[in-house]
Amino acid sequence: MKKLLTFTFLFVLGAATLYPLLWLIGASFKTNEEIFSSIWFMPEKLDWSSYRNAWQTVTPYDMGHYFINTFAIILPKTVFAVISSVIVAYGFARFDFPLKKFFFALLICGMLMPSIVTIMPRYLMWNKLRLIDTYIPLTLPSLFAEEGMFVFILVQFFKGIPREFDDAARIDGCGTLKTLIYVLVPCIRPAIVSIGVFTFLWTMNDFLEPLIMIHSVEKYPLSLALRLSVDSTGQGYEQRKVIAMSVIGLIPSVAVFALAQKKFVSGITAGGLTG
Amino acid sequence: MNTRKYLNPVGVSKYTGLLLILPFIIGAVLFIIYPFICSFIVGMTDRSGFAGFDNFRNMFKSKDFLQSAGVTLKYTALLVPLKLTVSLLIALLLNTELKYIGVFRTVFYIPSILGANLSVIIMWQYLFTSEGLVNQLLINAGLSPVSWYGDHDAALFMIVLLRLWEFGSTMVIFLAALRDIPKELYEAAKVDGCGSIRAFFSITVPQIKNVIFVNLILQTIAAMQEFNAPYMLTGGGPLGKTRTVGMLIYEEMFTYGNEGMANAISWTLFVMIAAVVAALYRLTARTRRDIQ
Repeated sequence: MKKLLTFTFLFVLGAATLYPLLWLIGASFKTNEEIFSSIWFMPEKLDWSSYRNAWQTVTPYDMGHYFINTFAIILPKTVFAVISSVIVAYGFARFDFPLKKFFFALLICGMLMPSIVTIMPRYLMWNKLRLIDTYIPLTLPSLFAEEGMFVFILVQFFKGIPREFDDAARIDGCGTLKTLIYVLVPCIRPAIVSIGVFTFLWTMNDFLEPLIMIHSVEKYPLSLALRLSVDSTGQGYEQRKVIAMSVIGLIPSVAVFALAQKKFVSGITAGGLTG
Repeated sequence: MNTRKYLNPVGVSKYTGLLLILPFIIGAVLFIIYPFICSFIVGMTDRSGFAGFDNFRNMFKSKDFLQSAGVTLKYTALLVPLKLTVSLLIALLLNTELKYIGVFRTVFYIPSILGANLSVIIMWQYLFTSEGLVNQLLINAGLSPVSWYGDHDAALFMIVLLRLWEFGSTMVIFLAALRDIPKELYEAAKVDGCGSIRAFFSITVPQIKNVIFVNLILQTIAAMQEFNAPYMLTGGGPLGKTRTVGMLIYEEMFTYGNEGMANAISWTLFVMIAAVVAALYRLTARTRRDIQ
């Protein structure tokens, strides 16, 4: 009885949680009058025309263009973040060196530093270097283990691997880097997948940084292109189009989450990563 | 005399580790320490040059700053306790032997994955329009519709609801912590005649208090720098009643071109966040002693 009650409660809450997303998908097929006359998400008939319009966007470029832009930021950023975080975490987890405690404290401080505090001076810095309106301010910092959280989680994972693995590799003639690449990296694959997925999702969602660093419409990532269409559409007849664009904008994140879900959830629960 | 022994494998220099973390050191200097100091220095200037503490003085006299500081604190005080309570409650329910727990976990987690995605904010915008889904539901339930964009409390609450909807990430962390509590503790308590509410406060809460604290700090820091949702949903309106400090920084910089003021506010926001985190730390330290 108690179980049934819990189950029912969770079911209702789960349905309520997902309903806005279902409604959004349904609304992209509805006529404008239908959107605001019914609370049921299913459209009366499937009308795909809004998607054809949405793909054109309100700018001279189509959504494919903005997808390419977004991936031109995401791919280097993900690769940079994974490589730099793994190397730095390896250093913290396996070696002893001068000022180690100080640097680890600095890492934690960096994790707690609100990005909105440093973003204005960062903008001024990139502006001085004349790199505003390029993807460098968005991607390059990842090369320097910018996300302290990732390093922190990888350190926990490295500590879970017995040191005997390293010793055995060393006896077999592996140097410091070879030990990392051939022995340790295969052991922490779930953590690496989590980091990659999180970098992907966060970059996909990122809004403030591109808003500040990218100024020409041609170079906009998807999030800024979406904002532009909302601003220029208003309450007119094109609401379906904006809704369809939003649905398209959610597809990459949902797809990556679905693909990586299993490894990814074990990674977050082990490391305590948040979205 | 200060020769410390470095515990490294034979043949590894004490500089190997330093070399490995070099990217982090460079990154910390370039993207954290330098901007942080720079922010303070630029905050001491105005359009004509060095201005000392003028920006800071003017800031505390300006209605916009005081209002946005109030909005930010109100928003944080509303959102964080709500989000933590909901995440912990759902995590408790999911920490039982039920069927389809994995499915529920994924369902509740999805909104936090999409999180700050602009599509989600656009969706929220449509849900809360005057004839949107939420108002239609209210009318169907016999209540009067709410002017979500016109009424300032409603507007702030709409933003809180958006972030509350994304409770999945905190829930997953709570769930992992709950799984780690030894089952024997509950069995022993049951033998001693302890009810489930008592067990929650005497066993569960003390066992996961560190995780509660981590979630509290992370959510507080995130809430105090909120920008996306008010910027896109309400534009700070009505009458600046949902304009957070984060938005004010952006406006000073890019709407009014006031570099010095924007940086002075950034720096003040940092001090505000640090103060709130420190206060929470002291407060929870006392609570922790009370429990034991």
